[in-house]
Amino acid sequence: MTPSGTGQDVFRGRPARARGRALGVLGVIALGGGLGSIARYLVGSAVPAGADGFPWGTLVVNLTGCLVLGALMVFVLQVWPPSRYVRPFLGVGFLGGYTTFSTVAVEITRLAAPTAAVYAVVSLAAGLAAVWCGMTVARLVARVPVRRGAREEAR
Amino acid sequence: MTLLLVFLGGAVGAPARYLMDRMVQRWHDTVFPWGTFAVNVVGSFVLGLLTGLQPGPLVATLAGTGFCGALTTFSTFGFETVRLLEEGSYAEAGLNAVGSLLLGVLAATGGYALAVHVL
Repeated sequence: MTPSGTGQDVFRGRPARARGRALGVLGVIALGGGLGSIARYLVGSAVPAGADGFPWGTLVVNLTGCLVLGALMVFVLQVWPPSRYVRPFLGVGFLGGYTTFSTVAVEITRLAAPTAAVYAVVSLAAGLAAVWCGMTVARLVARVPVRRGAREEAR
Repeated sequence: MTLLLVFLGGAVGAPARYLMDRMVQRWHDTVFPWGTFAVNVVGSFVLGLLTGLQPGPLVATLAGTGFCGALTTFSTFGFETVRLLEEGSYAEAGLNAVGSLLLGVLAATGGYALAVHVL
């Protein structure tokens, strides 16, 4: 089976130049992921938890990350010329490393039931709203229309 | 020192997510973002396990904050869900949103229980 998308198979059977490019992509993802993780740690440390242990730090990180990724993807997919490293570095690496899902899951298990429910619903609803806001503002700024049917791009 | 550990963990976690996502995405031909879904559930399990093992601050920072934090992602999860909504794939969007969160919490609980009661 071959990938239906851009065809960047990083796994095997590729000529040396393609392998070098795949390694370069992995390298910028690693760099972005490391930097994004540091940013998450710093923001998380700066934002105190609520009185009931409400994890404001993780929420702030995830909502800002969703907002920025929404805007970034509009520019990456519809405005900027194709680039090999922008999406891997900023989207997959930095924002992927900046936001976190596992911490949310563990925090939900450790909060008291009512707080956990509020945290889960708010994370989800506000996270989706933040992505949408980022995309909408970026589309307005860059004057690009909503694109439909480009399903593979959601990957 | 803490920042270096967080960086190193994240610098391994993020490419691991990319590779696992690509691997899973090659296994199917649907609009559902199984790659991110799988990575988030697996990462939640590992972080639950780690939390239950109560490692020292060094391992907790490197493997928990750094690796698990970067292995999983909330922004891509949110973006893929919004894209599904925009395309009118409402069932997939709902399933992805609720399913990721439910299975993620279940996986974290399972990992924690495994660490506390079995290991």
